[in-house]
Amino acid sequence: MKRQELQVAALENGTVIDHIPSSKLFQVISLLHLEELNSSATVGYNLKSKKMGQKSIIKIADKFFSDDEINQLSVVAPNVTLSTIRDYEVVEKKEVHMPEELIGIVRCDNHKCITNNEPMRTRFHFLGKERGTLQCHYCNREISLSDVKLV
Amino acid sequence: MENRSLVTIANHSRERIEYLIRMAQEFEKHRNRRLLEGRIVATLFFEPSTRTRLSFETAANRLGAKVIGFADPKVTSGTKGETLKDTIMMVSSYADIIVMRHYLEGAAQYASEVSPVPIVNAGDGANQHPSQTMLDLYTIYQTQGTLDNLDIYLVGDLKYGRTVHSLLTAMRHFSPTFHFIAPDELAMPEHYKMYCRQNGIKFVEHQDFDADTIAGADILYMTRVQRERFTDLDEYERVKDRYLLSRAMLSKAKPNMKILHPLPRVNEIEYSIDDTPYAYYFQQAQNGLYARQAILCDSLGITLDDIINDKISFK
Ligand SMILES: [Zn+2]
Repeated sequence: MKRQELQVAALENGTVIDHIPSSKLFQVISLLHLEELNSSATVGYNLKSKKMGQKSIIKIADKFFSDDEINQLSVVAPNVTLSTIRDYEVVEKKEVHMPEELIGIVRCDNHKCITNNEPMRTRFHFLGKERGTLQCHYCNREISLSDVKLV
Repeated sequence: MENRSLVTIANHSRERIEYLIRMAQEFEKHRNRRLLEGRIVATLFFEPSTRTRLSFETAANRLGAKVIGFADPKVTSGTKGETLKDTIMMVSSYADIIVMRHYLEGAAQYASEVSPVPIVNAGDGANQHPSQTMLDLYTIYQTQGTLDNLDIYLVGDLKYGRTVHSLLTAMRHFSPTFHFIAPDELAMPEHYKMYCRQNGIKFVEHQDFDADTIAGADILYMTRVQRERFTDLDEYERVKDRYLLSRAMLSKAKPNMKILHPLPRVNEIEYSIDDTPYAYYFQQAQNGLYARQAILCDSLGITLDDIINDKISFK
C-alpha cells in the first residue's frame, strides 16, 4: 500500500477504484460518468502491479457509488476492486458483480435491432458466468462478454 | 394496467397455449361475431406482408371491429422520419389495439413498452412472429387431436426459418420428437440444438429426404430453400432439388400425417399433392383467421368464457 500511495496521491474521503486493466481505463471513466463530476479525480495510468503487471487506478474525492452504479463496471472490468475511504482510512472494500440487467450501457451488435434505430436506451440480460454472454432484451441477440461494445 | 400485448409466445406456458387453442376452436365453430363491435383495430405494416395483414384485418372485421392503418410505409407520409415511438403514440390515441409488423428486430417489444394500448406483433424482422406459431400449433392440434408426443419433421431452411424456430420453442411443453432435414448450409443452428438438449426435446438429424425417412411423421413441416440464403451458389445448385416433396415420397406415410407450409410455396411441394388427404397447408392458412381472432380478443381482455357465453352476437 505504501508504494501505491507514492504513485497516486492519498485521498481524504472518496472512492478508490483499483486493478483496472489499463486498456479498459477510458471505458471505466466513461461508465462512471466522471466527465460530469465536480469533485477532483486522480487517474494513475500504467502503474506497476504484482498481480497484473500493469494496471490503472482512479481516485475520486468526495464521491461514493451505489452497488448498482459500480456493478455496471463489471461489463468491461470484472476484476476491479473498490475501496471506500473516510478520513484517509479504508472503511469498505468491494468487488463488482455482474448485474442481471444492464440498461443503457452496452450496444447491440445487430444493426437491424430497434435499439440501433430509435432514440432509446439499450437493455441486456446477463445469461450467467458459464455462458458468458449478454442477451439483447429487444432483438434477443446474444453477445459474448469479450466482444461487448459500449453505447 | 396489465400489459396484454402479444410480442412473443416463447415464454407462454402449456396452459396459456392450450387456452388460446380453445379460443380458436370457438371461432372455428362461429367465425362471425360482434365481440369487438365499437372497437378500432390499427394495422401498422412498416414492412409489407399482404398475407398476414389480410388475415389480421379479416379477423378484426369478422369480430365486428373497424380497421385503420397502413399497408406500406412508403405510401404513408405520416411516418416519414418519425420515430416508432411517435407513430405508436399517435395511433394509440385513435385505436384500441395495434397490430404491427416491422422490419427491425425488437420493434414490437419496444412498442409494447411505450404504448398505452396492447401491441400484437405481426412479425419483427427475423425475430418473432407469434401469430404464425399460434396458427401452426392450432393446426397441429386440429389434425392430430393432441399436441403431445408427436413426430414433427422440419424440412428445408432450418437456419433462417423463423417459423420453425418458434415452433420448436413453443412445442417444448409437449414432449415432441423433432426431425431435421436440411442442406448443410441451412442446417438447424447449434444454439437451437442446445436449446433442445436443455429442454429435453428429442431430435434426430437426417441426411436423406425420401419415403422411408418420413414414414414416421405425424407432421411434415415444409419450408422454402431460397437461393439468396446460400453463400456458395454451386452448393445451392447441388441441393436445390433435394428438398422438394413429391407425391411418390408419400407412399409410406402414416394415415394421420399432414403436410404444413407457412406459404407462399414455390415448388417445394409438388402440386399433385394438393388433392391428397395429406395436404393441409390451405386449411393451415385458414386457421390463421381463428388464431388471430383469439389473439385479438385475448389482447383486448375478452376471455374464453366471454366467447363461450356469447350466444347472441352470431350473424
Ligand atoms: Zn438487439
